[in-house]
Amino acid sequence: MSAQTGEQTGGATKLTATLAAARAEGRAALVGYLPAGFPTVDGGIAAVKALLEGGCDAVEIGLPHSDPVLDGATIQTADDIALRAGVRTKDVLRTVREVASAFPQAPVLVMTYWNPVDRYGVDRFAADLAEAGGAGVILPDLPVEEAGPWLAAAERLGLDTVFVVAPSSRDERLRLVTAAGTGFVYAAAVMGVTGTREQVGDLAEDLVKRTRAVTDLPVCVGIGVSNEKQAAEVAGFADGVIVGSAFVKRILESGDDLESGLAGIRETAAALARGVRAGG
Amino acid sequence: MSSNIPDSRGYFGAFGGRFIPEALVAAVEQVADEFDKAQADPDFKAELDRLLRDYTGRPSPLTDVPRFSAEAGGARILLKREDLNHTGSHKINNVLGQALLTRRMGKTRLIAETGAGQHGVATATAAALFGMDCTIYMGEVDTERQALNVARMRMLGAEVVPVRTGSRTLKDAINEAFRDWVANVDSTHYLFGTAAGPHPFPRLVREFHRVIGQEARAQMLERVGRLPDAAVACVGGGSNAIGLFYDFIPDKSVRLIGVEPAGEGLDTVRHGATLTKGDPGVLHGMRTYVLQDEDGQTMESHSISAGLDYPGVGPEHAYLKDSGRAEYRSATDDEAMQALRLLSQTEGIIPAIESAHALAGALQLGRELGPEGLIVVNLSGRGDKDMHTAAEYFGLLDDAQGDAK
Repeated sequence: MSAQTGEQTGGATKLTATLAAARAEGRAALVGYLPAGFPTVDGGIAAVKALLEGGCDAVEIGLPHSDPVLDGATIQTADDIALRAGVRTKDVLRTVREVASAFPQAPVLVMTYWNPVDRYGVDRFAADLAEAGGAGVILPDLPVEEAGPWLAAAERLGLDTVFVVAPSSRDERLRLVTAAGTGFVYAAAVMGVTGTREQVGDLAEDLVKRTRAVTDLPVCVGIGVSNEKQAAEVAGFADGVIVGSAFVKRILESGDDLESGLAGIRETAAALARGVRAGG
Repeated sequence: MSSNIPDSRGYFGAFGGRFIPEALVAAVEQVADEFDKAQADPDFKAELDRLLRDYTGRPSPLTDVPRFSAEAGGARILLKREDLNHTGSHKINNVLGQALLTRRMGKTRLIAETGAGQHGVATATAAALFGMDCTIYMGEVDTERQALNVARMRMLGAEVVPVRTGSRTLKDAINEAFRDWVANVDSTHYLFGTAAGPHPFPRLVREFHRVIGQEARAQMLERVGRLPDAAVACVGGGSNAIGLFYDFIPDKSVRLIGVEPAGEGLDTVRHGATLTKGDPGVLHGMRTYVLQDEDGQTMESHSISAGLDYPGVGPEHAYLKDSGRAEYRSATDDEAMQALRLLSQTEGIIPAIESAHALAGALQLGRELGPEGLIVVNLSGRGDKDMHTAAEYFGLLDDAQGDAK
């Protein structure tokens, strides 16, 4: 189940190559997250592009969901705005397509709860995502035990399968989860839902250490990172830093003024990009 | 017959499983391990039996309701009186079992979701009894329609958190409780209130409610000398129904009939009839029938009963439906309320609106079966908590009470 086999689309290798390039520069990679359709489908496409313009190395595009159990209030608010405006799974795929074609070097991942993929059809979703230029998927509520059909479809289409590990994951389970994944391992820095925090805490460093002991995959840290200082701190021990809620906040704060929100995203991304370079 | 389900991964046929964030996997595995150990431990069973007898008041009686039955084509209807349990519903059976598990796991805090408040009240009660901290998540809409139960939970020492996200009902309270659990899993047990959610909860909650069907079966044989033609219960998440059904599953002659909330009608979007109108999908950690749109987004359910207002259902019911062993029907808000008034005025028993759905189903079934029919209905809860809704529905609070419709 190697990510290196993704010759069909080039998608899987893109993520691996991006993380390797950052490592070669002696720094952590910066991965930015925004939900599709927020504040509108076109506004959301511009916002994800702004992540990359500002200095993110890779992006995760969220599929807004009615029941986002692992997300905090900020991302749920964004999801609600997108859903109320009528965002559909096909709009998420369009967002992937437009971002991937505008930034051909940047890996574009989708982060989604399982039911929308299940409902769309596992094989159909994998095929449409690969065709849109997507690099892979993160499925926060799909444990490896339930992931068989998804892993098969993703491997067939050269999509990366990023799994999440948590501070509560025992070593034996870290082994199981990382063996099933490709691209990178998503280390949830804290026990809790997404959202910005004052401190990332010690759990993250310990988790990265334990994860590295069982896999050669890069380990990226998410949940709770929101500013340059935290990014530098995490970059000191991880291969990548994942930021979501801090970007969503910039758009929420700018209200109807999308241009100001986009400027805010670029500014935040630039600060975080400095952080990952300072910390490496 | 079905005693081997779920399988080791928590599957009832195609339904069940475990779809949860990695952060919760260790906690859910701990619950499953501790439950298995407890099931094999005679001390655990003895302590639970003692609590069920001395604290809850079990066994609950089986009550003949001849005047009510007369309205059901003459079929004989008997009620399994879970409303007479301490805290007023079947919920206490499961709560005491899980509270004992919590203590065995060394955790000191209980969290729970609640719709109508029955499960919240039961959980707050157990927390008081066991000296544990307690937080109850409740959709804001439900805190308004169930204000009395909110006060009861607070009186028992629990913190009640109104959930303002999504549809502000039970489904969103579950989401919020999951979030709390992710953040506080070291100290906290999520005392899941229905036979749903990730493995092992559907099995665990069923086992703690099995006592309903075990008692009902023995009481029918003793009282009537034969098994009923049908066992009828309301289905939201499905805990009281699976509790009643489970020990009748091998008795092929007994029809198992679940009654879902049809709300304002199955031809509208304002209902909660998940098994009747939903499709297989994943919600709240399980694969089951879900009311969802074509993109897999959960649709809002509706029922006049906060306790049935849920767009999912326990996976064992999904299995029983697909295998044909159980039948699922529905009753509208109006049918349930008419049944509620009928039982109140013919037998002097005011049922919960949830249970009134089962009564509406029994009235319909009784007319189909005729005078020879024998039906046991799970009266899962008492109606005190619903008096505000019922008074509003029937116009009972006006000064001119005679104007009640």
